[in-house]
Amino acid sequence: MHEEYKIEMRDIAKHFGGVKALNNVSLKIKKGEIHALIGENGAGKSTLMKILSGAYQKDGGQIFVNGKEVKITSPKDSKDLRIAVIYQEFMLAPDLTVAENISIDNLANSGAFINWKWLKKIASSHLTKLGFCDIDPGVRVGTLSIAYQQIVEICKCLTRNADVIVFDEPTAVLTFTEIEKLFAIIRKLKSEGVSIIYISHRIDEIFELSDNITVLKDGGYVDTVPTSSITKEMLVSMMVGRKITQMFPERNAKIGKEILKVEKLNAGKLVQDVSFRVREGEILGFSGLVGAGRTETMRAIFGADKIDSGKVIYFGKEVRFKHPSEAIKNGFGFLSEDRKVEGLLLEQSIRMNTTLASMHKVKNKLDIINHKKEKKYVKELLRSLNTKYSSTENNVNSLSGGNQQKIALSKWISADCKCIVFDEPTRGVDVGAKTEIYKIMNNLAEQGVGIIMISSEMTEISGMCDRVIVMRQGRISGELDKELITENSLIKYAMGV
Amino acid sequence: MDKSKGKRLEKILINNNTYFIFLILFIACSLLSDTFFSTMNIRNIALQQSGPVLVAIGMLFVVLTGGIDLSVGSVMAIGASISAILIRDYNFHFIPAVLIALLAGMVFGTFTGMLVAYANFQGFVASLATMTIARGMAFMITNGTPIKLEYGTIDKLVKAKYFFPIIIITIMIVVLFALIQRYTAWGRTVIAIGSNSTAVRLAGIRTKRYLMSVYAVAGVLAALAGVFIAARSSTGSATVGEGQELDAIAACVIGGASLAGGKGFVVKTVAGALVLALIGNIMNLMAVPSYPQDVIKGFIIIAAVLLQIFSSKSDKTV
Repeated sequence: MHEEYKIEMRDIAKHFGGVKALNNVSLKIKKGEIHALIGENGAGKSTLMKILSGAYQKDGGQIFVNGKEVKITSPKDSKDLRIAVIYQEFMLAPDLTVAENISIDNLANSGAFINWKWLKKIASSHLTKLGFCDIDPGVRVGTLSIAYQQIVEICKCLTRNADVIVFDEPTAVLTFTEIEKLFAIIRKLKSEGVSIIYISHRIDEIFELSDNITVLKDGGYVDTVPTSSITKEMLVSMMVGRKITQMFPERNAKIGKEILKVEKLNAGKLVQDVSFRVREGEILGFSGLVGAGRTETMRAIFGADKIDSGKVIYFGKEVRFKHPSEAIKNGFGFLSEDRKVEGLLLEQSIRMNTTLASMHKVKNKLDIINHKKEKKYVKELLRSLNTKYSSTENNVNSLSGGNQQKIALSKWISADCKCIVFDEPTRGVDVGAKTEIYKIMNNLAEQGVGIIMISSEMTEISGMCDRVIVMRQGRISGELDKELITENSLIKYAMGV
Repeated sequence: MDKSKGKRLEKILINNNTYFIFLILFIACSLLSDTFFSTMNIRNIALQQSGPVLVAIGMLFVVLTGGIDLSVGSVMAIGASISAILIRDYNFHFIPAVLIALLAGMVFGTFTGMLVAYANFQGFVASLATMTIARGMAFMITNGTPIKLEYGTIDKLVKAKYFFPIIIITIMIVVLFALIQRYTAWGRTVIAIGSNSTAVRLAGIRTKRYLMSVYAVAGVLAALAGVFIAARSSTGSATVGEGQELDAIAACVIGGASLAGGKGFVVKTVAGALVLALIGNIMNLMAVPSYPQDVIKGFIIIAAVLLQIFSSKSDKTV
């Protein structure tokens, strides 16, 4: 419609089953601008970009490119419209060379055989243009650093003559100096008339780089504003600004003595000098951005990953769990964030899943399981969690997301844990089941269980936690008591504003 | 009412399709040949299949974890050769000789299992290596020539006064493992590992031990199968069990096991092994030459697996 916009997405809607992922979201990108797209996890940024790239189909709305309405039904459509997306996980073939990756969709230059000379020429011309002539087009991509792999991705977009490039959190994996170089490239692309859509959680970057900002929240459109017209504080309140209703149970658990104390824990790159403690009946929140090292910290304590150094004191004794079995023997449980990949046996029965971590309760000394006793036990446990299912013998994947999560949870409750880590306990769960999961957590706390809740949802952190620790880039960047937890302060610590 | 009845019947047919295939085949064989349904022929099938059934059960537990064991055929040869050489050259009574052969089978299985569990080999690759090692060793033990045993030793396993020990032993092992799979924590854990080994590890179960143990079980059962063959022919040969690993895999698949792990049943696997046996038997009775036999067998395996795929699809929509 308006010729001035390179891309206009108007009133885009998208549902997943009954869940509205996008509700009348609009986005207008001018030629040669850097447009930041911002919002909390689950706000709909990625979904919107996947519609633009043809990975998802929109359920409603229109897309215009250069003022003309277009239909994008596959990634090829998007490519033909000269739109390119650089995802967080690169789409590179690590065993092929830089030159091959850059021209991966045209290896033979329209001939029958791979044209190496031409491939290398194309690759080095783009690399030189970006100022990276030190990358050898003949080297295997897998041997390059992450930052250089990203450069290869950008070159890939350039060979396709993309004039719209979407960067999805490009700096999450880069060091400070690498980020500077990336920004220089993005500015150069802009000066050549390429439109950039830039997704990031890092507010500083957005203010440094972008011309305009579009804010999304809970799948809805908030506003589009020129970057120069607002402050960081204003932007944060635009992102958050949501009321807490009666989602959360009343918290009356008595906080008792210390259960777990962690001192100067180091484990890999994402866990550096982490120290904290948890007490009986306490819900301790872990907030921060995805990839801040929260899950990694808990996995190390749980014995799923290796600890490099540091002390873990559990019920007054120094421990170092070398395998999850040792943690569970000591009553330390871990509800993992991705129940489908790490939590559940989807193709097996509800019964089997519930007692997986506590088979000793239903078997005798000869290793023989008492099925009758087990059925009764599982039924009682699941009733107390208000789980809906038709038979304990049905497979877990026949249940809804919320009920699946309750099965995953029942596994740890059945194991009589005295301290449980809940990693994103309400991810992909509808609102009704959410409140029930909160209630279960609250009940556990009232029984004296120490709870660590990792969550990227700030409302649930502020609604449930007695105390919250914020992590940023592998370190603890802040700690807040219940009264001081505000979404503003959480975002500030998480992003290092 | 009628509709739900029809659906229930359909479900029963789908869930037990291996048994129905077996039954249909059995009836067809009886009609095709007069000699098929004779005591003599049925007894021969039972004696012949005692070994392969055991190998298939061993394979099933490996398959349940999502692995595969190509070495079982060669380990059969180890079982046959070691028991025979101990009896002939070292004057062992056949019982300790057989026990030592079983121990050797366990060593081979454990070795494969260690490569898989602790050195992160894929089951296919690890067992490919032990397959050649075991076969080579069997030839070294027998010096390349079959070891002929005198009557009255190991052949006692085939025919005692009033019954056939190897048939009895096989039935007992089938029942034992069916119960183990269903009623023990070990059986359940093996299935769980095949469904999602990460989740099982994070539930505090030491998955590597279980992974190793299934290969050990497969090794013991394979060695016993080899002993059975030596007993039937009173000969220990290094060529015993060639290609048997593939029949065992086919039996698991016909029995509804998933090679991705997490799904499979002992009794159905036995039925799967017997389906293969019936196909071979009836073609022999009808004097089909052996090369066309292989071709027909291949197509029947395809048909059986197609039926499994079809039924697991309709299972999901129910």
